[in-house]
Amino acid sequence: MHKMRKIRKIRKLFLLQLAFTLAVCAFLIVPVVLSMLAGLTVNYIAGLSSGLTLRWIFEVWDGYRDTIFRSVGIALACLVVTLLLGVPTAYVLARTRNRAARWIEELLVLPIAMPGLATALALIASYGALRGFRTSWGFILVGHVLFTLPFMVRSVLAVLQSIDLKTLEEGAASLGAGFGRRFFDIVLPNCRQGILAGSLMVVTLSMGEFNMTWLLHTPLTKTLPVGLADAYASLRLEVGSAYTLIFFMMIVPLLMAMQTLARPRTTKFIIADDTPVPDAKP
Amino acid sequence: MYLLILPTALFFGAFFVLPMARLFMVGGSGSMGWGAYAAILTDKNYFNALLATLGIATATTALTLLISGITGVFLQRHKFPGNAALVAMLTLPLAFPGVVIGFMVIMLAGRQGLIGQVTEWATGERVVFAYSMFGLFMGYVYFSIPRTILTVMAATEKLDPRLEEAARSLGAPPWRVVVDVIVPALKPALISAGAICFATAVGAFGTAFTLATRINVLPMVIYTEFTMSANIAMAAALSFTLGAITWLVLALARNAAGSSVAAAG
Repeated sequence: MHKMRKIRKIRKLFLLQLAFTLAVCAFLIVPVVLSMLAGLTVNYIAGLSSGLTLRWIFEVWDGYRDTIFRSVGIALACLVVTLLLGVPTAYVLARTRNRAARWIEELLVLPIAMPGLATALALIASYGALRGFRTSWGFILVGHVLFTLPFMVRSVLAVLQSIDLKTLEEGAASLGAGFGRRFFDIVLPNCRQGILAGSLMVVTLSMGEFNMTWLLHTPLTKTLPVGLADAYASLRLEVGSAYTLIFFMMIVPLLMAMQTLARPRTTKFIIADDTPVPDAKP
Repeated sequence: MYLLILPTALFFGAFFVLPMARLFMVGGSGSMGWGAYAAILTDKNYFNALLATLGIATATTALTLLISGITGVFLQRHKFPGNAALVAMLTLPLAFPGVVIGFMVIMLAGRQGLIGQVTEWATGERVVFAYSMFGLFMGYVYFSIPRTILTVMAATEKLDPRLEEAARSLGAPPWRVVVDVIVPALKPALISAGAICFATAVGAFGTAFTLATRINVLPMVIYTEFTMSANIAMAAALSFTLGAITWLVLALARNAAGSSVAAAG
């Protein structure tokens, strides 16, 4: 009797928590679905009955195509720069585990702790007078590199710290491999995972960066998030939604790749020798 | 080998260390001199904005920790069919920038939003709060939930379920298990996740920008000083102070939690 009541109580608690989790899920997902629908309906207020259309998507494509290409370009350039700067830095930090190395790591992470507005104002105060630089997309790129570099360094560093780099390198050196050979044949292949994870992170963050970019951009160097803010402020809801939909299509695959990569690899099927191999599900 | 770090050092020195030093100097170069740095406490408008910013950040942190704590522990402890799908949905907004979060709030609580439509249908009156402080608060909570849930889930995974069972078998009611076993064990994770919530809510600009220019939080004030009143010295002083606050919160949390803490977004 007592036990039954206890089980019922546990079951009730489970259902309560499940309901709560579903409510949180709805809070996060409902607006995403609504905005996707709004981007594809003729008139959002009239509802889906007004019909589906690709008109808004085309309108965004005509008016804001350049921001999409610019954002992709900046994200890729940012990736190249963070790879060139970040991977060697992570290597040096992994090989020198002393106080100085920890200080450098601390310092490198500062741009993430700084509000984007502060970093942008600092860049404008220092280099705003160089007109050619100020009005080029290179100015935005500098901000993005500052903001994303720590993620690349950390992600590569985490992998390098988990392997015995020193022994591997000494082994190679004893066989006569020079520094260049060791870096390209031992270090780089070993931190492939970290480089991949860091790269996805850098591209995703650069594509979505707004806090800094809003002050760094000029009318001729608008990025996708800047265009989004423009569209939200001045165009009808359907166009803003269609624009957001395009952004989702670009960012969600990156995010999914990142999550797949982050999941630790587990052996999915453990089959004892005497059990028949089950058929793969269609 | 140390030469390899030189390009990063040059880049970082030229584009971060020097500009930050310059920002600090600019902050003291206006009509108020170095007093600009004190204005955040002495000027009523700035001080109110500071209070509003800290208030909204505190509220965001508290509510986000509560929501993500319950959901995160639940999803990690109970593996039922559909669990993975729920986790995927809850972490989907992870990469949304502040502007998009602002738009999500508008979809929910804006003039043409869902809440407005439902309340109009139910009561005849349209409830719209996206463009107020409460809308901003909702946006910050929306933004912080995904990353906090991930942190809580990771920490719960390391928590030994036998501890909870032991407490239960000794007759502890569920709330005692939560207060005496789960919360203390998750404390480092909650501190570091909370600090990130707080720091992001203090420094975020995109969401407030999308929702309205009338919301008086510090990032909006800085932006208005810079663009409308062209008071660059004041904008510099305020943003430098804002940066110092976020840095301090993250550093304190790192000391308390003992793990690496960094804000994002």
